Amino acid sequence: MAVWEVFRQEREGAPFQHGGSLEAPDLAFAEAYAKEFYGRRAESLALWVVPRDSVLEIDEPYVAPVFDRDYRRVDGYSIKVKLKEARERAGTPAH
Amino acid sequence: MSAQAPPRTELLLQLADDELVLGWRDSEWTGIAPFLEEDVAFSSIAQTEIGHARAFYELAAAELDTTADELAFDRRPEEYRCAPLVELNLVHDWAKSVARRWLYETADAIRVDSLKASDWPELAGLAAKIEREEAYHALHAGMWHDRLTRSTARERFATAVDELWPYALGLVEGDQRRILCEAAGREDVPAVERGAHVEDWPALWEEMTMVRRTVPGGSW
Repeated sequence: MAVWEVFRQEREGAPFQHGGSLEAPDLAFAEAYAKEFYGRRAESLALWVVPRDSVLEIDEPYVAPVFDRDYRRVDGYSIKVKLKEARERAGTPAH
Repeated sequence: MSAQAPPRTELLLQLADDELVLGWRDSEWTGIAPFLEEDVAFSSIAQTEIGHARAFYELAAAELDTTADELAFDRRPEEYRCAPLVELNLVHDWAKSVARRWLYETADAIRVDSLKASDWPELAGLAAKIEREEAYHALHAGMWHDRLTRSTARERFATAVDELWPYALGLVEGDQRRILCEAAGREDVPAVERGAHVEDWPALWEEMTMVRRTVPGGSW
């Protein structure tokens, strides 16, 4: 029996979020059980039912930085200070 | 309760008794269904059928100046109008239990569809509401039917359907029987009619009514 991952959308425009998983022998059973577990109380607007085998799981999602390339990162810049200075030059009050 | 209920109440009691007793029988699988997901789904369907029974009983109770609980649990075993199909004790035989679900849903869809055209507005409205939930039951019954028909258990399943078919015909009457034969793709055969009860029935009635008989009129 295969494992299926169920994603649910709570309202229009909201992202689909993982609801849980279930075991079912085929897509028809997975659909019925997903409806039963995640749709019976009108708690979901829509569902995605995906075989777990089709999900690419990445354990180490970062690309390890070998050389020092901090300049590529934006978190070192203090935008706040620069913005304050720019506002003073332009004569607009800070909020 | 009078044995001569008016015809439209008689029909309601047939519907209500069918749904109550089948719901009860199917709930016997709770905890022992073949796997967890199916256990939840099967139990949930059983619960929905009992909910439908309650709605039918309430409609009948208003006509008969009584209550749904009294109709469901205070009648003598011989006063129930359910079809013998739903009385059969099939627990531990999954092929037969699934065959019954599929046959019942096939017949019930025909019956509920005709009720929507009833000139009794409350009944027509109730049928339309029930049909929305029965769509899930039909999906569930259909997927099991298709899977078992293709599985290594197909002969066992076919035997179960053959055995229950005369009982299934007893669920409906007249022209609906012809429609049922077409829907199920089977020949018309002598039906096991309502009225007589099967030997599994008294024990189920004992169990169903035990609490009400122990504390008559009790509420909790």
